[in-house]
Amino acid sequence: MTTVSRREFVTVLAAAGGGLLLGYRVAGAQRAAPTGATSPDFVPNAFIRIGPDGGITLIMPQVEMGQGTYTSMPMLLAEELEVAPDQIRLEHAPPDDKRYANPFFGEQMTGASSSVRAFYEPLRRAGATARAMLVAAAAASLNVDPASCRAQKGVVTHTPTGRTLTYGVLAAAAAALPVPDKVTLKEPKDFTLIGTPAKRLDTPSKVNGTAQYGIDVRLPGMLIATVAASPVLGGKVAGVDEQKAKAVPGVRQIVRLEDAVAVLADHMWAATQGLVALVIRWDDGPNAKVSTADIVQGLARASQTAGVTARRDGDLTSALVGAAKKVEAVYESPFLAHVTMEPMNCTVHVRKDGCEVWTGSQVLSRAQAAAAEVTGFPLEKVVVHNHLLGGGFGRRLEVDYVTQAVRIAKQVDAPVKVVWTREEDVQHDVYRPYYYDRIAAGLDPRGTPVAWTHRIVGPAIIARYLPPAFKDGIDIDAVDGAVQLLYDIPAIQVEHVRHEEPVLNTGFWRGVGVTHNNFVIESFIDELAAASRQDPVAFRRALLGKSPRAMAVLDLATKEAGWGKPLPRGHGRGVALLYSGWGTYLAQVAEVEITGSGDVRVHRIVSAVDCGTIVNPDIVKAQIESGVVYGISAALWGEVTLKNGRVEQSNFHNYRVLRMNETPPIDVHLVRNGEAPGGIGEPGTAVTAPALANAIFAATGKRLRKLPLQSGLARGAVEHRP
Amino acid sequence: MELTINGRTRHVDVPADMPVLWVLRDVLGMTGTKFGCGMALCGACTVQLDGQAIRSCVTPVSAVAGKAITTIEAIGDAPAGKKVQEAWIALDVPQCGYCQSGQVMSASALLASNAHPTDADIDAAMAGNICRCGTYERVRAAIKQAAQGAPIGGKGARP
Repeated sequence: MTTVSRREFVTVLAAAGGGLLLGYRVAGAQRAAPTGATSPDFVPNAFIRIGPDGGITLIMPQVEMGQGTYTSMPMLLAEELEVAPDQIRLEHAPPDDKRYANPFFGEQMTGASSSVRAFYEPLRRAGATARAMLVAAAAASLNVDPASCRAQKGVVTHTPTGRTLTYGVLAAAAAALPVPDKVTLKEPKDFTLIGTPAKRLDTPSKVNGTAQYGIDVRLPGMLIATVAASPVLGGKVAGVDEQKAKAVPGVRQIVRLEDAVAVLADHMWAATQGLVALVIRWDDGPNAKVSTADIVQGLARASQTAGVTARRDGDLTSALVGAAKKVEAVYESPFLAHVTMEPMNCTVHVRKDGCEVWTGSQVLSRAQAAAAEVTGFPLEKVVVHNHLLGGGFGRRLEVDYVTQAVRIAKQVDAPVKVVWTREEDVQHDVYRPYYYDRIAAGLDPRGTPVAWTHRIVGPAIIARYLPPAFKDGIDIDAVDGAVQLLYDIPAIQVEHVRHEEPVLNTGFWRGVGVTHNNFVIESFIDELAAASRQDPVAFRRALLGKSPRAMAVLDLATKEAGWGKPLPRGHGRGVALLYSGWGTYLAQVAEVEITGSGDVRVHRIVSAVDCGTIVNPDIVKAQIESGVVYGISAALWGEVTLKNGRVEQSNFHNYRVLRMNETPPIDVHLVRNGEAPGGIGEPGTAVTAPALANAIFAATGKRLRKLPLQSGLARGAVEHRP
Repeated sequence: MELTINGRTRHVDVPADMPVLWVLRDVLGMTGTKFGCGMALCGACTVQLDGQAIRSCVTPVSAVAGKAITTIEAIGDAPAGKKVQEAWIALDVPQCGYCQSGQVMSASALLASNAHPTDADIDAAMAGNICRCGTYERVRAAIKQAAQGAPIGGKGARP
C-alpha cells in the first residue's frame, strides 16, 4: 500500500440501505492538520474538521474495540454539531495526550468503561462550539441575527427567509472566527440522536471484510514475523540453532532478543514453519519451578496479615463481639487470559530518521512512548497509526507487544509485521491477577448482618500502571465494587493486602477489581441469606433501603426472570447485584441446569440495568450481552495455570470459551432516567460469575467459592472455610 | 499453482502445504479472512470451498486446486451472502468485528443449503465460530431474519 494523503481514504464504504460513509485513515496517512494552519478546513477543536467540500470528519479520541465508541462518540458530537450520522466520516486520532487525553486519566486511554462517562460533556461541547461558529459565520454572511438562524443536518437556515448555507460553504468563514468560550448545550428533551438506537457506523465494514485491523496492515517490502518469547517469565535465550529454520523456503532473517527469538519471512506460514524448525535453548531463570499452588500458598500467607483499609464504617469490634452468629469464607479467583480474537500484533518500520508503527492499541500515546524509548527517537519522530481493535478487554492497555515489535524491527532493514500465534498470545498475556479473599460477617439473632469484613489479597495493578492514582497505599481498582458495598450494614471494613507475585505479568481484564470483588460479595451475601434461612432476593432487599436505584434494578430483574416460580429438578436460579465506581446499577438472574454428568448449562440470563443517561440503548444492550458471554466463559471454565513456570494453556482447546450452542438467551431490561451516564462495557462480565455460582447453589446446595465453577463441581465442591 | 477465488483465476507460487489462509492474506493481500487460532478451533478463517464452509487455516492450498473458493470479499455477490450481510447490518450484529467474516461465511453456507434452519441447525453450523464479544444471540437472530425473506434456494432448500 502506498502512502496516501490525508484526504485519500482508501476505505470509504457505502452502507447498504443507509448510505453511511465511514472512512478510515490508513497506513501512511498524515496526522490531522493543526488548528489555525492555513488550511481552508474549519477545525474548531481536536475532534471536528469540516472541509470546503462539505466533508465532515470526526476524529475519535477513544478507540473502537467492539464496545461501540465509534458510534456513541460520533452521536455526542453530531447531536450538538447538528449533523446526521450519514454525513460524517470517522478518523482515528493520532497519539497526542494534549488533545485526546481521556479526562478521567489525563492520557489517551480507552478502558475502565469510561468513554461515555468521560466524554459525555466534552464532545457535546466540541460539537456545540463548532455549531455556534458555523451559525455565526452564516449570520455574518447573510447580515442577520444569529438567533434567527438554525442549524440542522449540516445546513444553516435563516428561519425567517428560508435562505440556507451548507457547512462546507461556511467552513472558511467559520475558521476565521474566534472560538467562543461559552456555548449552550442542548437540553436533553431536545435531543434527536442521543438516547436513540442509532445504527452502528462500523457495521457495514465489518460484514464485508473491509474493516482494517492492525493485523491487516500491508506495506511494500514488508516482512512477516512470528515470535517465541521465553516460556518462563524472566527467562532468557541461552542459544539458538538457526540452521533448519533458515532452510525453510520463505524465511529471510532470524532476530534474537535477550528473551525472545523472531523468525522473519515472506509470509506467516514460512515464519511459523521457521519457528517450529528453530531449536531454542532457554535459561528459564528464577521462576523455572513455580506452579500455581506456590502462588496460592503465598497469597494465603499474605491473607493472614492486615492490609490497607479502604473503607471503615461503624464499630467493627463490638459489632462482631455482639453478633449471634459469625459466617466466614475464603474465595479464590484464578489468573485469566484475555484471548482477544485478533492475536497481538504490531507492524514497525524503523528508519534512520524515525520510526513508524501500525497497531491496535487502547493507549496510543503509550504505544508511541514505548517505540520512542526503544529506538531513542524523540516522540515527534515516532508516528503511530491506530486501527480497529479485534478485541481489547484490557489486553491492549499494555504495550508489551509494541515494545517487542520495535526491538525486533530495530534489527531489520524493512517494515516488519510481528504477529503472535494464538499459543504465544495465550502464554504471554498480561493476565488478570489471582485474587484471594477472606470475608466474614456477623449476624444478629434475626439473621440480619451487623458486621462485614472483607480482606482482598492481590497485586496493586494501579501502582504499576497509573502511579499518580495510587494514593495512601490504596489500589482503587483492587477494591472497586467492594468499597461501594450498598448493603446497609452498621459496621463495614474493606482492606487490601498488596501481594505481588512476579512470576506472571498481571494487569487489567474486563472489569478487573470489580469482576473479582462482585463474585466474592454477591456469593457471600447469598451465603448469609442461606445462613439466615431467607430468600436471597428478600434478604438483599431488606438491606437496600438506602439504595433505591439498586432496589429498582433488583426488582425489575427478578420480576422479569420469574423469581420464585418453580423450576425442574436440577435447575436453579441465582441472583447478583452490582454497583461500583462505574456508576452503573445492574441486577442479574441466571438460570442454570446441572446435568446428570455434572455439566453446568446456562438456560437463561435476565439483566436489569440502570446506567443513567443512555446515549444508545441498543449498544448498551449489546454490551450487557457481550459482558455476560465473556463472563460465562470465565466463570465456568476460565483458568490459567502454571507448571514449572510455564502457562499450561495454549489455544481454544484448553482455554475453553463459550460457543453459540452453549449461549443462553440474554434478556436486558433498561431503566431510563436522567442521571449521569454510567459505564457499560464491563458490568455484564462482573455480575455473571456470582449469579451463576448462586444459581448452582440453588440447584445443588453446593457453595462454590473458587472459580472456575465447573472445576468446583468436578471436584465435588471442596469447602474452603478457614 | 492455479486457484479460483471469487470467480477469478489466480496464479500463486507457494508451497503445496501452505494453508489457504496465508495465501489469501499474505500472498494475495485479501485480508478480510482472519487468523484466529491456526488449529481450526475458532472459525475466524472460514471461507467457502464449492459452497461448503471450511477452515482455511488448516486447509493446504494443494487441496483446493480446481475448486471454487469464495471469501468474505465476494460473499455479498451470492444471494445467501447478501441476505446475511443485510440481516447483520439490520441487527447490528458485530462488535469488534474480527470474527464476523467467519460468522458471515458460515451463516451464508448454512442458508445456501438450508433455507429455513432450526435452532439446532444453527447451533450445528455455527458452533465452530467463536466470538469473544459474545454476539452469538444476534448472530442467531440475524440468521433467522435472513431466512425469513424469499427462499434463497440451494440444494437443501426446504419447501
